[in-house]
Amino acid sequence: MTRLAEARPAPATVARKGSPARKAGLRTRRWVGWLFVTPALVVYATFVLRPLFLTFEYSLYRWDGIGPSTWVGLDNYVKVFTDPDLFDTILHAFKLIVFFSAIPVLLGLAIASTIRRIAASRLALVARTVLFLPQVFPLVAAGIAWSWLLSSTGLVNQLLSRVGLGGVTRAWLGDFSTALPAVGVIGAWVLLGLCTLLLLAGMSKIDPALYEAARIDGAGPLREFASITVPSLRHEIGVCVTVTVIAALATFDIVYIATQGGPGNATMVPGLEIYYQAFAERQVGVASALAVVLMILVLACVLPIQWLTREESR
Amino acid sequence: MIVARREAWTGRALLVLLMLVTLAPFVSLFVTALHPAGTYPLGLDWPSDPQWSNFADAFRAAHMGALLTSSILIVLGVVPVSLLLATMAGFAIGHLRMAGRRLVFLTFVLGLTLPFEGIITPLYYQVRDMGLLNTRWAIVLPLIGLFMPFSVFWMRAHFVNMPEELSEGARIDGANVWQLFWRIHVPLAMPAISSLAILLFLWTWNQFLLAIVLVDDPAKRTMAGALGAFQGQWGTDIPLLCAGSLLILAPTLAIFLVFQRRFVSALLQGSLKG
Repeated sequence: MTRLAEARPAPATVARKGSPARKAGLRTRRWVGWLFVTPALVVYATFVLRPLFLTFEYSLYRWDGIGPSTWVGLDNYVKVFTDPDLFDTILHAFKLIVFFSAIPVLLGLAIASTIRRIAASRLALVARTVLFLPQVFPLVAAGIAWSWLLSSTGLVNQLLSRVGLGGVTRAWLGDFSTALPAVGVIGAWVLLGLCTLLLLAGMSKIDPALYEAARIDGAGPLREFASITVPSLRHEIGVCVTVTVIAALATFDIVYIATQGGPGNATMVPGLEIYYQAFAERQVGVASALAVVLMILVLACVLPIQWLTREESR
Repeated sequence: MIVARREAWTGRALLVLLMLVTLAPFVSLFVTALHPAGTYPLGLDWPSDPQWSNFADAFRAAHMGALLTSSILIVLGVVPVSLLLATMAGFAIGHLRMAGRRLVFLTFVLGLTLPFEGIITPLYYQVRDMGLLNTRWAIVLPLIGLFMPFSVFWMRAHFVNMPEELSEGARIDGANVWQLFWRIHVPLAMPAISSLAILLFLWTWNQFLLAIVLVDDPAKRTMAGALGAFQGQWGTDIPLLCAGSLLILAPTLAIFLVFQRRFVSALLQGSLKG
């Protein structure tokens, strides 16, 4: 190893890349790198890539998980798109995007820009901790707590009666017309705090001089919001939308706990349907086809968002 | 000035309202947990005779001791190994820049947005064939794999920013790559590693899907999986369910409050990078 040092006496050697010692050093390192990366690759390949490949394979067969399987080509995919019970799960997932993404991001933007001025106060520090609670607790807990809140004797109905809206009270998660929005409200509750804090963190990086200048030019809060805040937060908004859209499309825990997909099929989402098809109905092929569709949908939604909000902001 | 002050007050009011909305579900759980077992109280109604014993009953009904042990074992199985593998891989891809690193990195990135439901079916059969169904390994091993994309992504982001000169200096002093890794780069990567550790702990502790699919016995599951089973079993006894849920949440809350600064920054960074 001392030879290495002798071969490169000065840092400013002209023929750096050409020097034989340097070349030898690089070659060992390139080879050694694979030793470092292999353990991670092996675990990843065994427990992610292999199942991923098998999902594609299963989706082309009819299989009950026990007996022999039959090749059915794309029949399972046809079923996913034509069987209303299956296709509705995808529609439900997209409706949930309104609640999981649109509401937390828009409301988060509004809240963050309102509390921007007091972002460093004691109250805001306490709020940071409190608003993170939904992120720290399992979604199962959110499901249980909200099932109770939204039940016929729950807090939501209690408050509604108090303000004279006793007429609209109901078991929100048990009613065909309100169950899906009610699930959406749970998701919005989980994600609103995260979005608000992410956007607030982004706002703290905006140069205050921009706002001063806007004030002097006579811009109101709305104008400020549209011409300074939103454009500067491109990256953060992109992150919020990405995280929340994935959460909406792949939602499982909340629905499993709060409604089990019911009443009827009203809140059935792809994740839960995959679970039922594979482990209750024993339709492994159909479950896998739906899984492939779900994974492609996630990518189809996330990639454009990433592409739209990337680079330009940096 | 008047405008600014009014904005500050609106801000404070809004923030308090937001905190109230965030806390309402937990307050409702708590108040309900104090009602006599088996009753159907109102959502927010302080009981005339608070039944603190509900918490003790729920502690026994939920087998809290066994649950805590199980979750801790699973976390101990997942987090240290994931950290080690991901740090090594991130080091190789980000710093050693070995040949073919782009392809390897792309392979990992492929898994970043993967919903777990997407591969849960084959995973079940694979774990069954390995003879691991209904053991904690059924949760531990797949989770390590499933956490790899994010963990490698995270560690690579750290190592990419480490100056080349750092390693060159150590190599001149006669360190081989292994020593270079352990003596120089791991200590320097500690902030990144510890944030990742917090995220992985949380995601393991709260993992639900793998727990309910791969392990039948709630006593061998994660906290979240156990909570799901608890709801299934005691769902009709609302006060007891509420007390049990709060108990199951208590350890998470305690850990969060102790490490809150690290948690918040890890979670914010985590979502920004992911």
